[in-house]
Formats: sequence, C-alpha cells, structure tokens
Amino acid sequence: MHANGDGIPAKVLVTKIGLDGHDRGSRVVAAYLRDAGMEVIYTGPWQQIPAVVALTQEEDVDVVGISSLATDHLIVPKLMRALRDAGLAHVRVVVGGIVPDDEVSMLHENGVSKVFHPGSSREEIVAAVQQLAEQARCERPEI
Amino acid sequence: MSAKPKSVQLPLPGFDSALSTWQRDYASQVGEEPVLHNRSGIEIKPLYTPDDWPASRYMEDLGFPGVAPMTRGIYSSMHRGRTWTQRQLIGYGTPQDYNRRLRKLMDAGVTAVSLIPCNSVYRGYDADEVDIELLGTCGAVVNNVDDMQVCLDEIPIDRVSTAMNDPLPFTLLAFVLGVAKRRGIAWTAITGTSNQSDYISHFVANHMFLRLGLPGNRRVLVDEVDFCQQHVPNWNPVSIVGQHMQQAGATPAQAMAFALCTAIQFAEDCLERGMQANEFLPRFTFFFDISLSFFEEIAKFRAGRRIWARIVRERFKADAGRACRFKFHSQTSGADLTRQQPLNNIARVAVQAMAGIFGGTQSLHTDAYDEVLTTPTEEPSRIAINTQNILREEAHLTDVIDPLGGSYYVETLTSQMEAEIEAVVGQIDALGGMYRAVESGAVQRMIGESALAFQERIENGAQKIVGVNAYQVDESAHVSPASQRPAPGTMENYLQSLQAYKSSRSNKQVQAALSELQRACNTVDKNVFEHIVDAAIAGLTHGEICACLRRELEFGQPLVIV
Repeated sequence: MHANGDGIPAKVLVTKIGLDGHDRGSRVVAAYLRDAGMEVIYTGPWQQIPAVVALTQEEDVDVVGISSLATDHLIVPKLMRALRDAGLAHVRVVVGGIVPDDEVSMLHENGVSKVFHPGSSREEIVAAVQQLAEQARCERPEI
Repeated sequence: MSAKPKSVQLPLPGFDSALSTWQRDYASQVGEEPVLHNRSGIEIKPLYTPDDWPASRYMEDLGFPGVAPMTRGIYSSMHRGRTWTQRQLIGYGTPQDYNRRLRKLMDAGVTAVSLIPCNSVYRGYDADEVDIELLGTCGAVVNNVDDMQVCLDEIPIDRVSTAMNDPLPFTLLAFVLGVAKRRGIAWTAITGTSNQSDYISHFVANHMFLRLGLPGNRRVLVDEVDFCQQHVPNWNPVSIVGQHMQQAGATPAQAMAFALCTAIQFAEDCLERGMQANEFLPRFTFFFDISLSFFEEIAKFRAGRRIWARIVRERFKADAGRACRFKFHSQTSGADLTRQQPLNNIARVAVQAMAGIFGGTQSLHTDAYDEVLTTPTEEPSRIAINTQNILREEAHLTDVIDPLGGSYYVETLTSQMEAEIEAVVGQIDALGGMYRAVESGAVQRMIGESALAFQERIENGAQKIVGVNAYQVDESAHVSPASQRPAPGTMENYLQSLQAYKSSRSNKQVQAALSELQRACNTVDKNVFEHIVDAAIAGLTHGEICACLRRELEFGQPLVIV
C-alpha cells in the first residue's frame, strides 16, 4: 500500500472552492486516490476558503486538491494565504482542471505544488500526490 | 425506342449463402477480435443487413417526417425547409462587453440570442456578494433590468429568439420581460427558451448552481410554466437537460432516459396543477450533448424522438400533433475535447455537429476549440460558427431529410438504443419517478459508475484519444491562447454602477415588492413567478430575489456521493 514513512496512508482533501459546480473530474480523481490506498476526504463543490482551511487542520491533511473547471483557480492564491496564516505551510496544494497556460505560473508563484491539466493520467496523478504527501509529512511541525 | 444491348445475366447468389461466404471470409481476415461495444454498452457488429432491419418494418419504425413515430424528424420539411437555429452560447464580462460580442456574432451568422450569466448569477448572488476575481470570467454579470437592457441593446427581441441560461427562479426572464415593457414590446411577441430550467439535472450533475431546495424548485417551475402559458405564450418555459447528465458521465442512452424521465416528472407536476397536457407539452423543449460516438448519437436522437412521441400519446393522452414533437437544442461535447494539440478539436466538433444534424436537431451550439483551455476567445468562436456554416452551405448536409434513415446499421442501432433507454426509464419508474430517484441519490450513483467506467477505458487504452493516449507529440513548446479576463478596473466599475443602481431606487417600492414576493412564497395558491416578474420590474436585483426565495423556500445543497 502507498503509505508514508510512518506507515500512515497519505491523507488528501479533494474539494472545490468558488462558484462552479462541475464535479466529474474531482469525483474521478478522488476515486483514483482512494483506490491507490490513500485516505481521501471529498467535500463536493462551493466550499468557502475558511472551511477548507479548518478541515485541513482538523483532519491533518497532507495534500489539498482543488478542482477548477471554470476560473475558480483565480482565488487559489487566497486559499494559499489562508493556509499559511493558519500555520499550514507544510500542506501541499495541487490544482486540477482547466487552467490556461498563462496563469499556471501565477499559481506556482503563490505556492501551488502542481497543476494537472486535462488528459493527466491516473498514474501521473497518484505518483505526484503520493510524493507531495511524503514531503508534507516531513515538513509537518510536531504538535 | 432502340433495344438495349444484350448483357449476360449472371444468376445472383442467394442471401443466405452469400452471407455465410462473407462470414467465413471476414473471420479468416480478421481472426479473433474483441467484442466491440458503444458507450451505452450495445454490442456493435461488423456488418448489418436486412437480417437486422428488414425494410418491411418501414411504416412501423420510420413512417414519414412530422408524424408518429417521428423517427425521421418532428417537422415534415425538417432542415430542407428550415435549417437549425445557430445558437452560440456566449457570456463574458459586463453587460456592455456581452452586447458588443453578441452583435459581432450576429454579424457572423448567429441567428438567435443566448446568454450565459456569470457564475455568481448562477449561484444566486449579486456581484457584490462574491470574490471579485471571479466576476465576469465565465459569463456576463447581469443583476437587474438595467443590465439586461444594456445586454439587449439594439437587439430586436420581438423578432429574434432569446434563450437565457436562466435556472430557477428565472430572474433573467423576468428582466427580459422588464426590458420588453420598457421598450413597449408586447410579451406575446417574445420568443425563446428558459435554458437550464431543469432543476433536476442541476441537482444531479451539480452544474454551477443550486439556488433552491428540491421542493421549492418543483413549485416555482410549475408557476413559471403556468405564468408563461398565460402571459408569454410563445416562450418555451421548460428545457429538459440531458446534456448535464452526459457531461457528468452518463452514457448517451442513460442521458436520454434521464431527460425523458425528467420530462415525465415535470408533465405530471403540471397536470397535478390542473393544466392541460395538450397546452403545455408543445412548449417543452430538450437540450442534449453530442459526443464523438457518431452513430450512437444519431441513434440516440432518433430513438428519443420515437419514445417521446409514444410517451405523450400513451402516458399523457395528448393528441395535439405539436405535443408529440421532441424539440431539442444540442451542443457538441466539451468533455471529448483535448488540451493536447487543441486545433484537433475543430475536427472533433465538426463530427459531433454532423451527428447532431443527422440526428435532426432544431438548434445547435458548436464548441470553440479553445474551450478546454480557457473561456472561448474570439477567433475560435468564429471558427465554431463557421463549422456550422460549412456543414450547411458547402457540405449540403441539409439537402435530404434524415439521410441515414433506412441504413441497416442506423435502424438497428436506433431500435437497440430505444430498448436500452426504455430499460432505464423502467428502472426510474420503479424507483417512483425522477424526483424520487434523484432525491435518493440513485441517479447520481448510476452516473458516477458510468463516468468511472469510461475513464477506465481511456486509462487502459480501449478508447484511444488522439494526443492523449495515442499519437502524442512533444507539447512543451506549445502555449495556449492568452486567457481572456476582464480588464483591470472593469469589475470595480461594475460594482460602483450596481451600488448606484441600488441607491437610485425607490425604497418604498422595493420593500413593497419584496414583501409581496415573500407573501407569495408562503401562500400555497399564489404564483411565485408572477411576483418575481413584478419584483424585477420594481427594481429588485437578482441577488435580492434569490435571497428572499432562499429564506422562504430553502436553499438547496447537492447530495455528496463518492
């Protein structure tokens, strides 16, 4: 099984922020990660940023996956700030969906670890999320 | 007359012996092959003959266009008489931006108005209630009658049809009626469709919005149908959306079945209100996705037409010819487009559009090739319209009605799709109808399973996708077109104008309309939509109307099923 060094499976939050509700992609990705042995929290669309931050904290999430099909990635920088302000800088954030090329660097500059475009394979997504979860675990401050 | 030169007549081989010869030759050339299935799970054979569909079934299965069983089309003249409406969905930025884009597209050949509002509108909020970064990025910000007046500036709304992507509680229709009133246009002259009026599809597919809980939606939809029948008789108040279901992952057969079940549900709700089937059914319209599964899509539309005509006659005992007509708008499937080598999408869209045309669509939207990269930009949008123009003007696809009718394959597949669709309709009936089936999450589970199964076919290579799992090229140098975002300051200005609009209104009038609306929500026999129209004309904004309804009729949230 895909477990981290300490034997606990990676914990991933798959969610959508902003105004759009297209959720086919997030459901499929959530199922992929679950089937790969990760612990997946799936919320459905239209989450408020503070709620995502609270859930990340309470559930001790390693990776937050934001699905964006209709420009909701434009408020991901707000999420990144909110995570940092909550002391969750170690949490990795990935974005999947429709992100125009000229806005990818904006996401990276704001601390997003990876952007998955349409056509990304299951293998690619699972491997990247697994690796990011391990990084997050290493940097996670002791409570 | 001169005698024809004598030719030597070879005896034709008999059908059965020729068939077995072919079967032997085919098997020796192809060898072992995997069984082929279409997206709806129907097995596809290598060859179809009169054994599959004998022409003796012609009158029973096909008949003639414009009459039952309706397989060949809902009008006797179909595209030969009048081609489909070219309706490109557009919406972006401010009302001014939208109007500029609309007029340009109409110059390019678009024959009807469509409007996609900003996601903030979809969700039921005014622009000043959401993150400013998101405003106008996916649709036009339209919050009140003034905005709609700008959107429709110079557009003859008494002559062209205006379709609004306007889910419950239909504030955009209310704003259009407000604009008509200001311009002195009679509401009876207003034509068009309330796209996205199908709350069930939104609940299932989570598309964009969900402003009211299911019971509230159920009530206000019937109110709107009733209101339009009385005051806006040329408006189509209902558009049943199979498209959302298919985009969310339903197979073509499932999507058709869910749409038919939804139509049955809405019709039953209208009957319960005491309305007459012969009066409201002719104004029911449908909206479907067209995937790249070319023949399957054509068969889906032909089968759907046949089943709907039967449902109307048998379940609803409606005999008016117009009631049996399965009028539908269709849109090429965005889910089939790829980010890889995006120009390839032009070819995909052309094939999808052809399936829609051969399927007998009444109205068509072709996707821009950059839809998968960003909100469609100008040149790709123009190519999308010209794809329709080319298919009509240069390829002569409209010369013959139902040109694939009588094909052994297409007729067999149409009947098989029909059986598959009917089976799903039976399942939903057994669950107590569409409303109940959706409330319990059963439909959502079926769609989720189909979505995963299709993705699995891509992952294991059974379904090849050019540029994704086959024929890839190095795309590291490729850069997609610059994303189009509202210019800096545009939305700040819009918010100021919204503020100015709000403060310029008569407070007394606004309060009165609001309390009337509130009272209507809480009085069983009041028509809520009538009061929404009054409220819009009195100056209430979209967000204010939605907030009132959320309070009085409850806010809806989707089921979360993983």
